[in-house]
Amino acid sequence: MASVRSDRDGARSRIPVALKILIAGGFGAGKTTMVGSVSEIKPLQTEEILTGADGADDISGVEGKSTTTVTMDFGRITITDDLQLYLFGTPGQDRFWFLWDELSQGALGAVVLADTRRLADCFPSIDYFEQRGTPFVVAVNCFDERRFGGEAIGRALDLDPDVPVVEFDARNPAAARDVLIELVEYVARRQLSGAGRR
Amino acid sequence: MPADPRRAPHDWLDHDAGPVVRPYAMTQGRVAPAGTDFDLLAFVVATIPDGPLPPALQPEHHALVGAAWEPTSVVELASKLDLSIGVVRVLLGDLRSAGLISLYEPPAASQPHDVDVLKAVVNGLRAL
Repeated sequence: MASVRSDRDGARSRIPVALKILIAGGFGAGKTTMVGSVSEIKPLQTEEILTGADGADDISGVEGKSTTTVTMDFGRITITDDLQLYLFGTPGQDRFWFLWDELSQGALGAVVLADTRRLADCFPSIDYFEQRGTPFVVAVNCFDERRFGGEAIGRALDLDPDVPVVEFDARNPAAARDVLIELVEYVARRQLSGAGRR
Repeated sequence: MPADPRRAPHDWLDHDAGPVVRPYAMTQGRVAPAGTDFDLLAFVVATIPDGPLPPALQPEHHALVGAAWEPTSVVELASKLDLSIGVVRVLLGDLRSAGLISLYEPPAASQPHDVDVLKAVVNGLRAL
């Protein structure tokens, strides 16, 4: 595997392998909370150039607004010196879909956060990852004491029966970490069974 | 504009107000780096220059080189220097053209993740 490479002058540290996990879900589902509970959270400014629908760079009339700025959060978990895990909270609003394509490219997988009071909010995320073939788990952020059971929620979301559904509290670092473990184990199972190869 | 001590500081000029200089002013309006684009998780390492540094470098270029002494991901550089990711990519393109950084792209996106790496991730997360 060529992913751990040594620096050409050998004097400094080796290049780590970096893996990317996306944390998705509707607005207020707990994405930032989850990233912050398992890692040190860092802000990232991104912005996109607004271009005309036809692809031409016609910005007449909107010269003052040729880019749109989005701040999103990411977190880094250092597993070993050679292995880093990056968590990206995907921007919740629909108008930021353009960011998702880059984020999901090469991603290990995704955690879709669901809120049982507003289950429909996570439908777009689920559709997106199903379409792209990105492995995902559904993590139900339990804001109150009610529990529905992963199976019932999986059925309500019409998920493939293999997709893990877990209930957790995004504020609890150990619980958030367990969700990540669930995802990585699911990805490994898919890989071993050949489902991950396309 | 020189600061006038008699005037109250602008309390609207805080972080929430956003940048005072439009982001792409720093890149002279360029929105894409010279050469190929940089992955968010590409690692950047500053290299030791053979000769003197090119005079056209801006403070942000120097800051990037300083921050990338150890292998650092593009996304981490943008966050550390509080610059937008698009601006960082353009500036890194300049540094690459000047031979001041080495770049290590992550493995191709089409490649499946190595199961041994996944096991290492699970073990590492358990140990947190």
